[in-house]
Amino acid sequence: MNSFIDSLLSMLSFTELPYSILVVVAILITGVHIFLLMALFATLAVYFERKVSAFMQDRLGPMEVGILGFKGGKKFWGGIGQTIADALKLLTTEDILPNDADKKLMIIAPFIIFMGALLTFIGIPFSEGFIISDFNIGIFYVVATSSVGVIGIILAGWSSNNKWSLYGAMRSAAQIISYEIPLGLSILLPVLVVGSLEMSEIVAWQAEHRWFILHSPFTFIAFFIFFISGLAETNRTPFDIPEAESELVAGWMTEYSGFRWAIFFLSEYASMLIICILSSVLFLGGWLSPMTIFNIFPDSWLFFDGPLWGVFWLFSKALFLIFVMMWFRWTFPRLRVDQLMHLCWKVFIPFALANLFFVAILELIFL
Amino acid sequence: MSKQDKSIIKAEEMVLNMGPQHPSTHGVLRLKIRTDGEIVSKIDPIMGYLHRCFEKHCENLSYEQVVPFTDRCDYLASMHMNHAYSIAVEKMLNIELPERVEYIRVIVAELQRIASHLVACGVFGLDVGAITPFTWALRDRERILDLFEMLCGARLLYNYIWPGGVSHDLPPNFIQYTTEFLDYFEPMLKEFDDILTENMIFVERTADVGIITPEVGINFGVSGPTLRASGISHDLRKDEPYSIYNKFDFDVPIGKGLMGTVGDCWDRYWVRLREIDESVKILRQAIAQLPDGDVHEARPKKVRPPKGEVYSRYESARGDVGFYIISDGKNIPYRLKMRSPAFCNLSVFSEISEGWMMSDVITILGSLDIVLGEIDR
Repeated sequence: MNSFIDSLLSMLSFTELPYSILVVVAILITGVHIFLLMALFATLAVYFERKVSAFMQDRLGPMEVGILGFKGGKKFWGGIGQTIADALKLLTTEDILPNDADKKLMIIAPFIIFMGALLTFIGIPFSEGFIISDFNIGIFYVVATSSVGVIGIILAGWSSNNKWSLYGAMRSAAQIISYEIPLGLSILLPVLVVGSLEMSEIVAWQAEHRWFILHSPFTFIAFFIFFISGLAETNRTPFDIPEAESELVAGWMTEYSGFRWAIFFLSEYASMLIICILSSVLFLGGWLSPMTIFNIFPDSWLFFDGPLWGVFWLFSKALFLIFVMMWFRWTFPRLRVDQLMHLCWKVFIPFALANLFFVAILELIFL
Repeated sequence: MSKQDKSIIKAEEMVLNMGPQHPSTHGVLRLKIRTDGEIVSKIDPIMGYLHRCFEKHCENLSYEQVVPFTDRCDYLASMHMNHAYSIAVEKMLNIELPERVEYIRVIVAELQRIASHLVACGVFGLDVGAITPFTWALRDRERILDLFEMLCGARLLYNYIWPGGVSHDLPPNFIQYTTEFLDYFEPMLKEFDDILTENMIFVERTADVGIITPEVGINFGVSGPTLRASGISHDLRKDEPYSIYNKFDFDVPIGKGLMGTVGDCWDRYWVRLREIDESVKILRQAIAQLPDGDVHEARPKKVRPPKGEVYSRYESARGDVGFYIISDGKNIPYRLKMRSPAFCNLSVFSEISEGWMMSDVITILGSLDIVLGEIDR
């Protein structure tokens, strides 16, 4: 009883259907919910991003479109219906396939990227027991599925038959594959200390001891390496060179429009959420309340703890990280391709390796 | 394809068409780029998409009617074009201008220089990927455009400086609003410095990139801030003072290579920002000294210059603007030729950007601050 699939199966068991059919039903139900979560998050995050950027740039952002006559007035909530209108517009615009494009691949590509994001959510915990399926290789699975998207990006860039798309796809592939290494090496730190790949185990360890970001100086550095590599993984500024709008028009998305472009968009925001949730789970104590940061308070003080509060805490941490991502985007220029590779191979990977080495030694000494 | 071909992996250069519709070619410039992966091996700038026969048109228009056409040349610094042309015509007519007109002209020209450099610096930031500085720059430019709107009703194409004077005298509160703007603007400039100028990523992207050495700069006829960034102090306001620029105390900022080499993209950006400082200095002095008088006093009833030719130079936001006018004694110019600074600045582009990466090409093009309206004319 520690995952959605398990509880769904036990809930559905009264129907006395064969187990295989039950599993299919349970998977379908959770799949729809993941999709709804992704869509809802993307809608809210786009609105949030537009407002954040607007306030950083001395503008107001969307102010006009409301929902059912409610416009929100001249407050932060102004133009609350804008992203919904945008989404409707995207879904109803003409879906253009260029004549010379490889049409089959071009149609498949967005869905491969989307599948990557969707599958990743199976291993992403939202709180204690709030996980689709908590298997013992959780993190390994998440890292594996989140890199499926690269194939889709290369397909999209190649099949569009557009030089800008090709540029964007090649840059993106090189970038995502390179940054996977420091990302993976930083993930290894908590895994090494806890001795488990299971998300709930890692958070349980942090509840018992302390948050990983404060575990040792090495994990402190590892958090930043992880988060910045995550920025690169999700193609966010200052690493947004695959879709650098001032150089490559729109990178690998240049020829996409309408629904398929919306799918790209959805997956992009979903992968942002994934990276932010992962960094909170691995380094910031996951669904634990901030009181547990050092585990010095008595348990009776932790009244804001528990599975439901956990969702709140996890999303607070993740949303703060998402705000940081947006903050970066509206503050920094973007790096050049060679500088990006330099940062990855000559700065992050050596540091991540050294981190791993020293944490391993610390574990040997203190255990 | 024969069998032998298949066994060889051939790396071909790819020809990439950038523009005329591209977000960062600053208008309708087309770049034919030969690339080897990310490295650019050859660039052909192709222009003429905005050619409007400006010079030929002028041969059929009376001298006063040319003024609105000069607006459309450099649409980011229309005042400078008006001013440059008016100076050329006045030189032919030998008009002595009232003091007040000269001061008004200097005030609007320097405001225009600030506006134009703000766009240049903001868009340069946009080219390297920083979006926020761009909106900040345009926010401040908007205040200047408001001032100009107050002055002559137009926000972009002013038609304000006419041969022999200006179209309107300053509106009643103009000086007060300008002072208020300057007081507001100086801290904003510091803010702009904070977010962009010394930003580490920005410096990484722009320092040591696209270096114009002084020799290359002079050989290609580069002028304006682009040349000054290469360490050459060449400013017509100082070297050949026109109007009343010799009355003001200001410096000519030159590139020092603070972050990299003298003449790199960062220097060009930095020189523009420092020129804004100098313009503010000139504005403060001009506002303090502004005399009274009638601005229409020296306006000729008929502009009919004597036979002859004239060449006048002017320091616009982009560099040396030259107007060469031949008159045959009629009320329309026999021939009018304009030297476009952005055109000469662009000519150095393929020289300095070959061998750099794709992203650098955009950076270098942004740092040259071209305006296609003026290049194609």
